[in-house]
Amino acid sequence: MQTEQTKQQYELNKNLAQMLKGGVIMDVSSPEQARIAEDAGAAAVMALERIPADIRAAGGVSRMSDPQMIRGIQEAVSIPVMAKVRIGHFVEAQILEAIEIDYIDESEVLSPADDRLHIDKSRFRVPFVCGAKNLGEALRRIAEGASMIRTKGEPGTGDVIQAVRHMRAMTSEIRRIQGLQEDELHYAAKELQVPYELLRGVHGSGRLPVVNFAAGGVATPADAALMMQLGAEGVFVGSGIFKSGNPARRAQAIVKAVTNFADPAVLAEISADLGEAMVGINESEIRLLMAERGV
Amino acid sequence: MRIGVLALQGGFAEHIRMLRSLQADTFEIRRREDALGRMDGLVLPGGESTAIGKLLKDLGLFGPLKERIRGGLPTFGTCAGMILLARRISGTDTAYFGAIDIEVKRNAFGRQLGSFFTEAPFKGIGTVPMTFIRAPYIERAAPEVEILSLADGHPVAARQRHVLATACHPELTADSRIHRYFIEQLCAAGAGRRDCLTL
Repeated sequence: MQTEQTKQQYELNKNLAQMLKGGVIMDVSSPEQARIAEDAGAAAVMALERIPADIRAAGGVSRMSDPQMIRGIQEAVSIPVMAKVRIGHFVEAQILEAIEIDYIDESEVLSPADDRLHIDKSRFRVPFVCGAKNLGEALRRIAEGASMIRTKGEPGTGDVIQAVRHMRAMTSEIRRIQGLQEDELHYAAKELQVPYELLRGVHGSGRLPVVNFAAGGVATPADAALMMQLGAEGVFVGSGIFKSGNPARRAQAIVKAVTNFADPAVLAEISADLGEAMVGINESEIRLLMAERGV
Repeated sequence: MRIGVLALQGGFAEHIRMLRSLQADTFEIRRREDALGRMDGLVLPGGESTAIGKLLKDLGLFGPLKERIRGGLPTFGTCAGMILLARRISGTDTAYFGAIDIEVKRNAFGRQLGSFFTEAPFKGIGTVPMTFIRAPYIERAAPEVEILSLADGHPVAARQRHVLATACHPELTADSRIHRYFIEQLCAAGAGRRDCLTL
């Protein structure tokens, strides 16, 4: 049951995502990194103890970050601070809500806590962003109460191929839904395993009902602009910045690339002389596919 | 009526949609050349003021826009836009355009859990819906500044000659009266030009 108040809170949470559009959300693991990100023009930061590349390297169970570490970052910057919880771990989400986090990422980067259920996000006042590989996943997460969607991509690899695949899958499925007749929508909803009402909204508007960002494997200004040209409304950059040779410079360049994503002359200028990019791992070289977690 | 909307980061598409619904001709300002184009009004959208402020300077837009706002270009800033227009920002030495003599406090109502929706009287318009997202409010205003609205006891909308600033986001509501006020009372009336002549 949605009360007037929870509906209003959901609108405000979607509205915050609207204010992040055209921006870059950067993974940071200390107050110093958070300040570097803010000074570079980040629209928000994601506070986590280990960035995805290190989680991948370390192996083992990966969990919500220490609230004290997150608080340190909240105090260091004026931009919104996000943090990750494990898929289905609603108590980690309760803890982050208690420290007044601005956005929770229910993320496949951490080890899932529930192999069937995601968090019932409609029970929280704090907003959630969730990853999705396709339209079905995106609409299921929105039905559960997510107020922002991002592609899953493949975190911690520096390889953009999966983010591209997920964004293309989403936009081409949206185009297909737009072309259906009203009576075909019921069957499409069954096929995609999504609520009919949400699919009907997509049919009419030609877009998701919430803001949609790109994430996972973005390492260069060109990667960020590629995702924007493919239809992303903003970009998450995880390991790509603080695993590179010159984080401050690369962070600034990616911010400018997202603003000027359709201007090759500007992109050429800002892509020059950035120092070393993160080394990266090709999709085919990795053993753990985080994107397969939580469908 | 031709209105430029700063399109570096944030909710600029929502402003463009609303201005177009009022039959205004709009264009996006992303590059220095755009900032030099002909316009009857300028809108600074919501978003993150630190991000927009940084991009303004890095992309060479800050100088030309500041000069034009100083020269009387009617300008409307919402949320982050209000912060960019303010003379002072509490707790920092940084200021951007300094076009309206107010001191604003960032995230004054708290983090996202402090974001809220309300309806409040707006001078010259009536009661309007107001959406506040991690919003600032005005802590101090010079006598020349006219306070247009209060929310939760704090000033959240103000005007000084050709500059209008709101802490809320009228572009996120279905009510276009504040945008109409900007177009009719500031842009069409040539608020800046007239004041420049009388000064």
